[in-house]
Amino acid sequence: MSEEVKSEQEVLFQKRIDAEEKIEPKDWMPEKYRQTLIRQMSQHAHSEVIGMQPEGNWLTRAPTLHRKCILLAKVQDEGGHGLYLYSAAETLGISRDELVKALHDGVAKYASIFNYPALTWADIGAIGWLVDGAAIVNQISLQRTSYGPYARSMVRICKEESFHQRQGYQIMVTLSQGSHEQKAMAQDALDRFWWPSLMMFGPHDAESAHSAQSMKWKIKRQSNDQLRQKFIDQSVKQADVIGLKIPDPALKWNADRGHYDIGAIDWSEFARVIKGDGPCNRQRLQHHNRVHAEGAWVRDAVAAYEAKHKQRSTRAA
Amino acid sequence: MKLYEVFIRSRRGLDHKHTGSLHAENPQQALEYARDIYTRRSEGISIWVVNSSDIVASQESDCESFYDPHDDKPYRHAAHYQLPDEVNNM
Repeated sequence: MSEEVKSEQEVLFQKRIDAEEKIEPKDWMPEKYRQTLIRQMSQHAHSEVIGMQPEGNWLTRAPTLHRKCILLAKVQDEGGHGLYLYSAAETLGISRDELVKALHDGVAKYASIFNYPALTWADIGAIGWLVDGAAIVNQISLQRTSYGPYARSMVRICKEESFHQRQGYQIMVTLSQGSHEQKAMAQDALDRFWWPSLMMFGPHDAESAHSAQSMKWKIKRQSNDQLRQKFIDQSVKQADVIGLKIPDPALKWNADRGHYDIGAIDWSEFARVIKGDGPCNRQRLQHHNRVHAEGAWVRDAVAAYEAKHKQRSTRAA
Repeated sequence: MKLYEVFIRSRRGLDHKHTGSLHAENPQQALEYARDIYTRRSEGISIWVVNSSDIVASQESDCESFYDPHDDKPYRHAAHYQLPDEVNNM
């Protein structure tokens, strides 16, 4: 890399980034910057859309009509967030069809957390509290990402997400004040979702393949470990307030660092789930494929309607 | 001459914002006019011009039926959820 002579354009590009200026769609950008963004933004978009599945699983079984309305509103938001992100990714010169195909072919990834099932109603609480909580920590940081359309969609998404984490936590509050069984259900959900939530931030900084270049280009603004630490520190208190126990015997306040220390993350599990062997990987992709195919008639109908309208207006003229 | 709508990005990182309209024969001319008319005091670093006739707009008079029933969904807002004081900054 150091031997490579940087083009004038590339020098100017980096200067712009260093000066905290945003990059906009029509600006010159290194091909690798474009590709990195397409990879990251499409992965983010796919995560929003695939993330609708575990929660959608509980729409018909929400315990009250009010909870059902809330969950519907949340799942609807996730679909909307997917659309913002797909559209923002398309400003980089890739089409929606290509993005969806990459997902179906397994070339593009989505957050591995969504390969875990939502087994109980408490899981809906844990997903909102922890999974959305982790996503928000990441997304707040990404509001300052260097690509303008991505940064602006993050601002909108963060604003809309503010209720997602709170509604999840409130489910946990309610369960933890309930019967023994309900409290146990809340604890069980925390036990299953805690470690996968920590894995959402990706590998440790030293092992992270794309991190250094992404930080230099300010696509990422904070490292995986920094973001993970922020999430851990805020979650410990939140668990404590409702009398739930974080499933980590090594969890301990470190006064020197001013942060909580945690036990070792099981990265072999992370690798296994990313590679396709999580509890629900096949189901998630199959479902997306099936629904996409079954929805073809809607896209056909929209096109047919438009064609018919055109035909009518030319006949009238 | 055709009417064009002018959108200006005042600074990198911000959205283009509608600034006004103007008459021009073609898009290129509209862009140059927009520069002359709307950015004489460095108001922007990027201009979009769009044929006014290409803009499809909702009508304010349709508000009730177009947006209904948004107002009866308070649970879409963070403030709807009461949490313990110690963690209420969530």
